[in-house]
Amino acid sequence: MTTVTTAPADPGIRVRRAASRKGGGLRPWLYLLPSAAVLLPLFGYPIYMLGLLSVFDYRQAQVSGGQPTSFVGFGNYATLLGDGRFWSVLAQTLGFAAALVVATLAVGAALAVVLTKAGRIPRLLLSLAAMAAWAAPAITGSTVWLFLFDADLGLVNQVLGIEGFNWFYDRWVTFGVVGATVVWHSFPFVMVTLYAGIQAIPGSVLEAASLDGASAWHTFWRVIVPMLRPLITIVVIQSIIWDFKIFTQIYVMTNGGGIAGQNSVLNVYAYQTAFGSSEYGLGSAIGVIMTLILLVITLFYIRALYRSGEKL
Amino acid sequence: MSRSRLVANAVAVTTAFLTFFPIYWMVLSALKPTGEIQSLQVRPWTLAPTFEHFQRVLEGENFGRYFLNSVLVALTVVVLSGVVAFLAAVAVTRFRFRFRTTVLIMFLVAQMVPIEALTIPLFFLVRDIGAVVPGVGLNTLGSLVLVHLACSLPFAVWMMRGFVAAVPEALEEAAMIDGASRPVILWRILFPLVAPGLVATSVFSFIAAWNDFIFARTFIISAKDNQTLPAALLVFFKPDENDWGGIMAASTLMTIPVLIFFVAVQRRLVAGLGGAVKD
Repeated sequence: MTTVTTAPADPGIRVRRAASRKGGGLRPWLYLLPSAAVLLPLFGYPIYMLGLLSVFDYRQAQVSGGQPTSFVGFGNYATLLGDGRFWSVLAQTLGFAAALVVATLAVGAALAVVLTKAGRIPRLLLSLAAMAAWAAPAITGSTVWLFLFDADLGLVNQVLGIEGFNWFYDRWVTFGVVGATVVWHSFPFVMVTLYAGIQAIPGSVLEAASLDGASAWHTFWRVIVPMLRPLITIVVIQSIIWDFKIFTQIYVMTNGGGIAGQNSVLNVYAYQTAFGSSEYGLGSAIGVIMTLILLVITLFYIRALYRSGEKL
Repeated sequence: MSRSRLVANAVAVTTAFLTFFPIYWMVLSALKPTGEIQSLQVRPWTLAPTFEHFQRVLEGENFGRYFLNSVLVALTVVVLSGVVAFLAAVAVTRFRFRFRTTVLIMFLVAQMVPIEALTIPLFFLVRDIGAVVPGVGLNTLGSLVLVHLACSLPFAVWMMRGFVAAVPEALEEAAMIDGASRPVILWRILFPLVAPGLVATSVFSFIAAWNDFIFARTFIISAKDNQTLPAALLVFFKPDENDWGGIMAASTLMTIPVLIFFVAVQRRLVAGLGGAVKD
């Protein structure tokens, strides 16, 4: 209909162009149809429903008790914003994610540089070990690290000679151990990506730097980092997104958020509020807030992708 | 050998050792007799390897069944998402249609949505669908296939896009001039050419479905027979005393298939990432 109204003078041109190879007319939409058939009901609709649930009073009584659901507007959000617990979990999530991003990047970048300097065999060994850590499912990685840090039978306590020390009692010590597990899982991606990036820098550039007498430290900060800036931006944003969404490691290692939920992060908090306390409306509101925060980060990501020359 | 290379080699080997150690420890503990696991004298080796934990886990705890369930769900997701993602990737790389960029950005944004939060509405959705279509409601493997398909598609399309774009269009044009029809070009020419990329993409879909823990935990409530590996793993955590031998054996069973798949495609993966670097 819009076609007719916008180009009534010569519809023939429009039709011909639409049917040409590049435009393809309806064909691209035909190819997208299966994706749409899956994603609209199972991804798009749930997102809409998440928003809808968040403005209703929806608890166990409504789910199975047949109680009428009542519209509460922004009531759930008001509850959250007035709740000190929500703010502390939010602050904790941001702080934990920030620490994880910094640690993952520092370890990943340092090892990427190490890879460029190391000989063939050490490089292969590190690459393979990193692949193994990368591939290990989050849940099995968590169980192994739990075992390593077990108070009685864990290797760490035996080696350090502090048998019986509980690593999962103090809030910050717990975050430290869980954080180490997350970094172990995620540094390989950063290392491999940055290593590939460094390899793509023309050798002549690095040669020139070394001829000019630049130290390794200088070469890294003054040559490699500026040249890889677009790639680093993408890696940083991806890390932020992952670490902000952290779930499995916290859920499994601290048994659903730690003692009295002291190690909870937003994702775990939303899940526990909904399925643990049967406050489905409130849990959805937390989910909406998370989604909005991630959406803002995603906008930066898309901008970074454009800047890096990625053709969309 | 220069000093910097020596240092780099030392750091690389040490880190490789530390990084691989948890995996080694998992497999080792799975093979240790119970007495050695519970001994307060931990040794980083064992002289009496045993399969008792594997046996107990596979027979006693019905783990074999969970393993098969996981394989079934993951493979179904891989096959379906492969075909669906291939078609979508062709649409966004081979045609310049209106809203093309919008569609692409939607696929990108979909990857960022916190899946864990979506579990809440998905739970009710799956419950309601189950009331109409029996095979895909709560407690069924079908429900897991559906949600994993939806969750893995955005990334699969994004990844396939690169592989489809890498095939020269001249090939399809030549086929078209020779009079080949659209479906023939699509399935007989393009599809085989992107097969390697499809394998790499499939591995990622497989791993995502295989590793999932939250959907299995949320949707499979009462039907124990339809449990998958990750949620079943938690069975071994007991309030009084954890069965570490069992946990490590189960973890090993869950990790090894993914490790093999990952190593199989790692070269392609690294090449793909490297390609993204050069503008």
